[in-house]
Amino acid sequence: MSDEEDDLVLSELNDEELVLQMMDDLYDGMKEEIEEAVNILLERKWTPYDILTKALVEGMAIVGIDFRDGILFVPEVLLAAGAMKGGMKILKPLLIETGAPRLGKMVIGTVKGDIHDIGKNLVGMMMEGAGFEIQDIGINNSVEEYLAALEEDNADILGMSALLTTTMPYMKVVIDTLVEQGKRDDYIVLVGGAPLNDEFGKAIGADAYCRDAAVAVETAKEFMARKHNQLSA
Amino acid sequence: MTDLLSELLSERDWLLGDGATGTTLFNMGLEAGEAPEIWNETHPDRIRALYDGAINSGSDIFLTNSFGGNYSRLKLHDRQNDVFTLNRIAAEIGREAADASGRKIVVAGSVGPTGDIMEPVGELSFNSAVEIFEEQAKGLMEGGADVLWLETISAPEEYKAAAKAFQNVGAPWVGTMSFDTAGRTMMGVTATDMVAMVEGLENKPIAFGANCGVGASDLLRTLLGFNKANPSIPVVSKGNAGIPKYVHGHIHYDGTPELMGEYALLARDAGAKIIGGCCGTLPEHLVAMKAALESTPRGAIPNSETIRATLGGFSSDSDGLDGGTPSKRKNRRRGA
Repeated sequence: MSDEEDDLVLSELNDEELVLQMMDDLYDGMKEEIEEAVNILLERKWTPYDILTKALVEGMAIVGIDFRDGILFVPEVLLAAGAMKGGMKILKPLLIETGAPRLGKMVIGTVKGDIHDIGKNLVGMMMEGAGFEIQDIGINNSVEEYLAALEEDNADILGMSALLTTTMPYMKVVIDTLVEQGKRDDYIVLVGGAPLNDEFGKAIGADAYCRDAAVAVETAKEFMARKHNQLSA
Repeated sequence: MTDLLSELLSERDWLLGDGATGTTLFNMGLEAGEAPEIWNETHPDRIRALYDGAINSGSDIFLTNSFGGNYSRLKLHDRQNDVFTLNRIAAEIGREAADASGRKIVVAGSVGPTGDIMEPVGELSFNSAVEIFEEQAKGLMEGGADVLWLETISAPEEYKAAAKAFQNVGAPWVGTMSFDTAGRTMMGVTATDMVAMVEGLENKPIAFGANCGVGASDLLRTLLGFNKANPSIPVVSKGNAGIPKYVHGHIHYDGTPELMGEYALLARDAGAKIIGGCCGTLPEHLVAMKAALESTPRGAIPNSETIRATLGGFSSDSDGLDGGTPSKRKNRRRGA
């Protein structure tokens, strides 16, 4: 990232070229370059929402695809998410100011009894990197804690993580409680954790099992799009 | 003065490791969410029973109940001030059990990951990681561990930090990583990357290898990857007893003792000298593994087809080696 050797001047690129360059720079985790490009697009009167969705989110989608396909690994993805976050920091107040639609808000935490948080942290960082708002409620969460957080934050998505085979069944307890209280359809429920699989996700009544953080992001986007379509239908 | 593990390695063709700690403790009533290391203090009898399970199944090496016994993990239970004590007791109980067995058994002080992501992508600095590992290592050695045993590591920096910490303490050690993501560790390390890293360490382990990950098939494929890099030190193989399945509201691992016996043979043929199990591996699995190793002669180095046919398919097409993976995209307008 040495600017001396790099004679590329972002402000000299046209919009289309600049957006493509932002995707490349996100891929390489170049935070300062992303921040600079976001500011350039703002000066060119792009709306914050367009910068978010057409440049940053699209760029992170490519990172997600290569992570899913085993080309990029966690360190590269975290660097990319860090660069994205740099851009988001500039955009966030402007997005609120302009009343832009939000991509979605997720409450995430490991279930009661489970203290393994690395997977959950990665999902949180990737989701944030993709433009979602994240309320991370940490480890060892009871039904009551999940429900309170969902309500308090007016969340769209519930993300539960469990690494242990002994704690996985607790996810069903949380989902069953949502059903009992007639709130199940208010939320998209995504589950994840090393020992889980699609079959398990279905068996406990989740919307989807997400194999890794990249799949979580893709799945969340897909379900949010469906939700928006339902609302406008 | 040589350590017991090096001594046994020089005398024997293969050594039997142990099985699952977590699975066994849960069967004894450990509550999910409880730190298993606290049981060293509150239920030493059960920890002794855990160790005796491995000893009575014929293990030559068993790991102490201290996997999560570092500052970062114990902090989640507000027990970060008891790192030294909990580790010391874990090793003391192990020492007693090994000494009472009447044969040479290695007490391996288990050291797991900190759970934190290291710099530059994460927050944990190399020096802090060394301090964390050193504190735990001191407790384990004080309690009488023969060697230290680092497991389930995914970041090379963390492996190196542990190597440095064990050097500071002067403890002989073994270190394995978990290859659970498209044939690599979560942080992208391939089998050959690991060999290069281990061979380049100033404080080399007595043995290195792979543990946990996805299933036994994936683990064996990783062993084949180690082979390709011609490591100069012995290889450890600790695979899970199959893959966890959710059946009637309960979880169980689908690997039968017979299957783990097959796994043990393939692991030996693939070059492993220390062979054990990880999650889901119970005493009956260890007994079957030992019986298989004792009754069956060595075979040729298996290929991935043999592994697939004997133990089932792999979780990913590629093992990250041999250009089987597409390369990263190029930054179109920048040089690098």
